[in-house]
This record gives sequence, structure tokens and C-alpha cells, in this order.
Amino acid sequence: MFGKLTIEALPLYSAIAAGGALVTVGGAFIVFVVITWLKAWKYLWTEWLTSVDHKRIGVMYIVLALIMLMRGFVDAIMMRAQQAMALNSNGYLPPEHFDQIFSSHGTIMIFFMAMPFMTGLLNIGVPLQIGTRDVAFPFLNSLSLWLTSAGAGLVMVSLVIGKFSTAGWTGYPPYSGIQSNPGVGVDYWIWALLISGFGSTLSGINFVVTILKRRAPGMTLMRMTPFTWTALCTSVLMTFAFPALTVAAGLLALDRLLGMHFFTNELGGNMMNYANLFWIWGHPEVYILILPAFGVFSEVVSTFSRKRLFGYESLVYATAAIAVLSFTVWLHHFFTMGSSASVNAFFGVTTMIIAVPTGVKVFNWLLTMYRGRITFHPSMLWTVGFVVTFVIGGMTGVLLAMPPADFLMHNTTFLVAHFHNMIIPGVLFGYLAGYMYWFPKAFGFRMNEPWGTAAFWFWIIGFYLAFMPLYVLGFMGMPRRMEQYNDPSWQPWLIAASLGAVLILIGIACLVMQLAVSIRDRRKAADVTGDPYDGRTLEWATSSPPPPYNFAVLPEVRDREPLLDMKERGVVWQRPRAYEDIEIPKNSAAGVVLGGLAFVLGFGMVWHIWWLVIACGLAMWVTLALRASDDESDFVLTAAEVAGIEGARYRSMGNPT
Amino acid sequence: MNANVTAMPGRPETAESDVHEQRALGFWLYLMGDAVIFALLFMTYGIMVGNTVGGPAGKTLFSLNNAALETALLLVSSMTFGFASLASRAGNRSAVLSWLLITFVLGAGFIFLEVREFLGMIGAGAGPDRSGFLSAFFTLVGTHGTHVSVGLVWILIMSGQVVFKGLSVPVVSRLFRLGLFWHFLDIAWVGIFSVVYLPGLL
Repeated sequence: MFGKLTIEALPLYSAIAAGGALVTVGGAFIVFVVITWLKAWKYLWTEWLTSVDHKRIGVMYIVLALIMLMRGFVDAIMMRAQQAMALNSNGYLPPEHFDQIFSSHGTIMIFFMAMPFMTGLLNIGVPLQIGTRDVAFPFLNSLSLWLTSAGAGLVMVSLVIGKFSTAGWTGYPPYSGIQSNPGVGVDYWIWALLISGFGSTLSGINFVVTILKRRAPGMTLMRMTPFTWTALCTSVLMTFAFPALTVAAGLLALDRLLGMHFFTNELGGNMMNYANLFWIWGHPEVYILILPAFGVFSEVVSTFSRKRLFGYESLVYATAAIAVLSFTVWLHHFFTMGSSASVNAFFGVTTMIIAVPTGVKVFNWLLTMYRGRITFHPSMLWTVGFVVTFVIGGMTGVLLAMPPADFLMHNTTFLVAHFHNMIIPGVLFGYLAGYMYWFPKAFGFRMNEPWGTAAFWFWIIGFYLAFMPLYVLGFMGMPRRMEQYNDPSWQPWLIAASLGAVLILIGIACLVMQLAVSIRDRRKAADVTGDPYDGRTLEWATSSPPPPYNFAVLPEVRDREPLLDMKERGVVWQRPRAYEDIEIPKNSAAGVVLGGLAFVLGFGMVWHIWWLVIACGLAMWVTLALRASDDESDFVLTAAEVAGIEGARYRSMGNPT
Repeated sequence: MNANVTAMPGRPETAESDVHEQRALGFWLYLMGDAVIFALLFMTYGIMVGNTVGGPAGKTLFSLNNAALETALLLVSSMTFGFASLASRAGNRSAVLSWLLITFVLGAGFIFLEVREFLGMIGAGAGPDRSGFLSAFFTLVGTHGTHVSVGLVWILIMSGQVVFKGLSVPVVSRLFRLGLFWHFLDIAWVGIFSVVYLPGLL
């Protein structure tokens, strides 16, 4: 009846695991009670969960990302604490548990923190910047969100029922195969990735079509904002790279479920094929995450330097070059696999080449700041901190690109330090900059700046303290993922790294305070113009938060910085002579229903509860068929209603002509 | 690629043709992503085709007659789907339904032959858990078969829509995308026939 699921699945094997389960269940329970107490279920369902409005979907993505950031960070600080104390001792975590923690840390941070954060920013930023009323496929957008959430839900449930994978976030066979890993952990990992990965493929398709087909009149490709360009390249990568992840995880699932021999040690398996398949997705993924952050930095640096972006065209070409090259470097993740010297040399050279367009961008940002009138808004601080820190990570990356050097560093903490040095400033700082930059657009009030500034300083100092020691430890030969060790010369560096993690914890606390203080002071910080930074691009042309249709009249674009251009021509915020009816997609429960069914289906696959899998599969088919046969997915907002909404906005702005 | 619908007489609304164009592009992108899946499965098959580890190889397992018959069924079904598309352009509802039905029967015949082949191999001890080669074979060919099965269900759903909604703009637009899907599976099958069955037998 319940497949492999028995009462043994509860995490009573260690007090810490049981505590983690209690916190998860308790947290979910508190959220449930608060929503019930506020009688907010109906509001939540009609206004948010079933919404197909890209702005709300974006906000929900970012809420998911911030929650998962907390979870992933708890994993991180637990690992740092373990390594700080585990000299010649077991520390406080048993090996099995420690392995689960580093596996879930990586999985969560990449798939359920960075991916939703990035998709959320795309949702909030791109349609407004290109002057359209919605994405091309609003319902698919909602479906993508809920598939991603279903995957995140599976990882969270693994805390309470069963265990998570111990095979690292990359899940290399044969260790992740059924013989070495007979439990459910790897299955949780596989199904979380397959379900959320499909959602990401759909997001990619959605944004490619949105950007290519729905730009405002006059917005040629070379008039798109840098963020939109990076979003386009990222979406193309998502569309074409995520299928490789589907294949890698899918074949591993077949090995585990049906006893196939793709990656096994015996009967003709070829485990190195897994490494190739995984990184054919995995390396483009790095750029999927980092390109939109580059886009955010470009917007922020231009806005807060009060200058046009320096070398726009070179930045666009660099972005496109990175997108293409990102498919040619995957083998540098496993130089030690034993390919011939010429193969390794080829991938070493391509890896060095891909650093060039990235270097071009650093000069774009620096020269935009040069002689600019810089305002140090927190978003700008994240940007400057990124430029300095990222260059260090880039240099260690070029070092690792040399196969002989890589043979020495492979699997050491040097590598761990390197990729955190790329991903924390290059991805997370960018997303936090974007979060603080577009927050007023999404909610209609500005974020508190002192707390944002404090968060930045704790994060960046904490980052250096946490990861520079890992470079040193890498040179000293410390392998990654060690639960305990017996070399006393490592310990001081590991203690320093754990102190860095504490500083980052304070940085996260500052982020929470910033959000709380901003909500408390929302009236004082209200932004009635919709243009809090004297912006240059179209998202600032509409109100904050924007109406469901974004723009009552689609803007005419004549310049790369359309809003600045309108301001200079004195035609900004003019009232149109007349409004017209606007078609808006209706809310749909199908997205959240399909996401819920996908979650239960994944759970059934993990525990081999086949009747549940079949039932969910059929229900998904029926839901999809019903949704796909619905021809009345839009409703009409009449011209009079639009005039009412717009009139209220003009009154709050003090009736400009 | 989609002039057939946008140019349809009597339905000149530009907004709807925009919607169709966006959906067609989105569907093309989905198919290209799907093509990446097939490409990687072909690659995997290519590196595992020799890993029979003492088990049976393609030469003893495959039947040229069966593969040729499967190919014929699928290629003809692509042609009959083409006739359904032509009929939808002409607005001939009963012809669309008949051609969809014929396509369904041909596709179902293909699935029947494939399932029979698979069951025969499994019965003879050459299932997907026998060797790396057989894992790759069953997965590549089975992924294609799963796609065809999904296409069959989709044909039924679209036939229902043609019956109940008629050849409305959204229905014709969905038929167009179903057509892309069906022809795409044909191309994938041509790859399978030339990479799996022919070299396996020759």
C-alpha cells in the first residue's frame, strides 16, 4: 500500500535530524496557523496562488528563493561548525548526516535558491522593460512556478520523511547508484531535479518568445536593456541545457528503478557518460545563473552613476558570446577523468577564452562609473563589491582552467572557494542588488537603505573570511566534503571560515530586518511616481506596483533608454486622449493543481507507491486536457475601468499634464 | 511556417494571429529542447552499442521486417496527418476527423508493433537490465514510443475538440502544433531506423 514507506522513515536516528524535521514541520504549522488566523486563505488563493500575472509570479518566486536561502544557509553554517571542531574527533554530526547536509546545501542553493530568484527577477523586470502587458504564456509561467515549488517541496519533505541524498549536489554514479545508495535519498534528489528542471525549461521557452515577439513598438533588439539581453541569452540556455539534466537524472532513475546499466560498474555501464551529460547542462547552468546578474549590475551601475551604460554593444556581444561558448567548456569539470591531453587542452583553452567576454563586461561597468555621479544605494554597493570580488574568483578560475594545475586542485577546498567566489558575488550579490533595486516597483515603496548597507558589509566581509581560508586549505591539500580530519594545521583556517559564516548569518539577519523595517515604514517610503531613482528604462514609466495590464497605452520606443528619452522630449507621463479595452488573462487554478500533483507524483516515485503515481499521472493528464481545451482564458478590462485606474494614479502624482 | 492559419479567409484578427505565431514559436523551441533529449540519447546509444557484455547484440535481436513495417506505418501516418492539416485549412471538418482517425490507427499500429518487439525481447531474456547496450536501446526507442503514445492521446483530445468546437481559430492553431509534434517524431524515427536498426542488422 505505501511502497517502501514505513514508520522507520521518520528521522529519529539523531537528535539533530529530528530537530531539523521539527523546525520544518513547526514552521509549516506556524505559517498555516497565521494564515488561518488572518483568514487569508481566500485572498492568498484568488490573488496569489492562482495568479498568472507575471509580477505576482515573480514575487512568489523570490519568496520561495529567500526561504530556501535560509534553509541552504543553515546547511552551510552547520558544515562550517562541524569542520571547525572535527579535528581528530567526530564533531557533532555523524558522517551520514554531514553528507546529507552538503548534498542538500548545493542542491538547494542552485536549484531552489538561485534558479527561482533569477526567474523571479526575470518575471518582474523583463515584461516591464520591454513594454508589454504580460509574458507570452501566462499560464505556463504559473505552471513553471509551481513545478519549481514542487521540487523544493520534495527537498523539504526529505527532512521529515526519509533521508536526503548523500551523493553531493552532482549525484555522481556509481556512488549514487542503487548498489551503493539503496535508500530514498538519491531518489528525492532525482525527482526534485526532474520536476523543477521541467519547469525551468518551460520558463526558458516562455521568456525567449516573450522577448522576441512582444516588445513595445520601436524597441529593436539593439534598443533592449542589458538586463533583457541577458535574460534572452539565459532563456535560450535554459531551453537547450535543461533537457540534458533531464536525460542525466532520468537515466540515473532508470538505473535505480528498473535495474538498467547506464552508469553501473557492471554489465556494460559507463559512469563517465553521466559526468558528461550532467555537465553539458551544468556548465551552461553557471551562465544561466550569472548572466541575469550581469544584467542587473548593468542596470544598477547605469542608474546610480547617472550615465548611459559604457559600451552597450560590446556588452551585448559579450553576453551572446558567453552564451554560445558556455556549451563548449563542460569537460573542465572533470579534467581528471583521463581524457587525452589534446581533449583536455581543447577544453582548457575554451575555458580561458570564455573569461575574455566576461572581462569585457568588467570594463563596461568600471567605465560606466568613471566620471559618473555615483549614488551608493545598497544595489550599487552590491555591484561594486561584486566587481572587486568576482575578478579574484575569475583569476582562480583561469588557474583551474589549466589541466595540469587542475589535477593538483581537483576536489580540494580550492575548488570550493573558487566556485563560491564566482557564485556568491556573481549570482547572489546580483540578485540581491536586483531585489533591492526593483522592490519599489513591485510593492510601491522603497526599501530601507541603512539595513541594506549593513547587510552588504556583513555579507562581503563574511564572504572573504569564509572563503579565502578555503583557498589556503586547498593549497595545503585539504579535500572538500570532509566530515573529520587529523591535520591540526587545517583547524585555524577552518575556524576562521566558520567565523565568516557567522558574519554572513548577521548579514542575513540584516536582510530580514531590512524587509521588516521597510514594511513598517512603507507609508513614509511610498513611491507615488513609480520612478524612485529617476530611471532611464521603461519599467519606471508605469506606476508602482504596476496595474495588471502594466501599460494603459503601449509606449513608443525611440531610444535605448526610452524613459530618459521621453523625459528629455518632455512627453513623459502624458495622459492619452482615450483608453481602450484591454484583454487580461484570467487566474487559473490549473498551475497550482498541476504543481501539487507533480509533488505527490514525485513523492510516490521516491517511495515506490505505484498506485499514487498512476493516480497523479492520470489527474495531471485530465487537468492539462481541460486547460488546453479552454478557449476563454482571457477577460476584458473595459476602457472605462482602465481610465479609472489611470485617473487615480494621475491624481496621486498631483495631476501632471 | 504558419501562413496557413494567419491567411485563413474570414478570420483576419491580427491579435489572434499574433497569439498563434507566439505559440508556434514557443512550440518550436520546445521541440528543439526535445531534440536535445533525443540527441543525447543517440549519443548514449552510440557509446554503449558495443557494451553487450556477452548478451545478445542487435544482429540477433532486431527484425528488419518489423522495423520496416514500423517505419512504413509512421511515415504514412505523417502523410495522413498532412492531409488532415490540408483539410483543416479548407475548413472541411469531417475530412479532418477522418484523417485524424486514420493517423491514430496507423500510430496505434506502430505502438502495437513496438510493444510486441519489446515484450518478445524481454521474454527472450534480452530486457533493458541485461546489458548497457540493451538499456540504451530500450531507453532511446522507448522514449520515442512514449512520445508517439502521447501524440495518440493528443490526437484523441484534438478530435474531441474538432467535434465539439468545430474548426475554430484556437482549434486549428492547436492542430498545427500537433502536426509539428507528429512530424518531429517521424524525423526522430528516421534517426532511430538509420542509427539503431540498419547498422544493427547490416
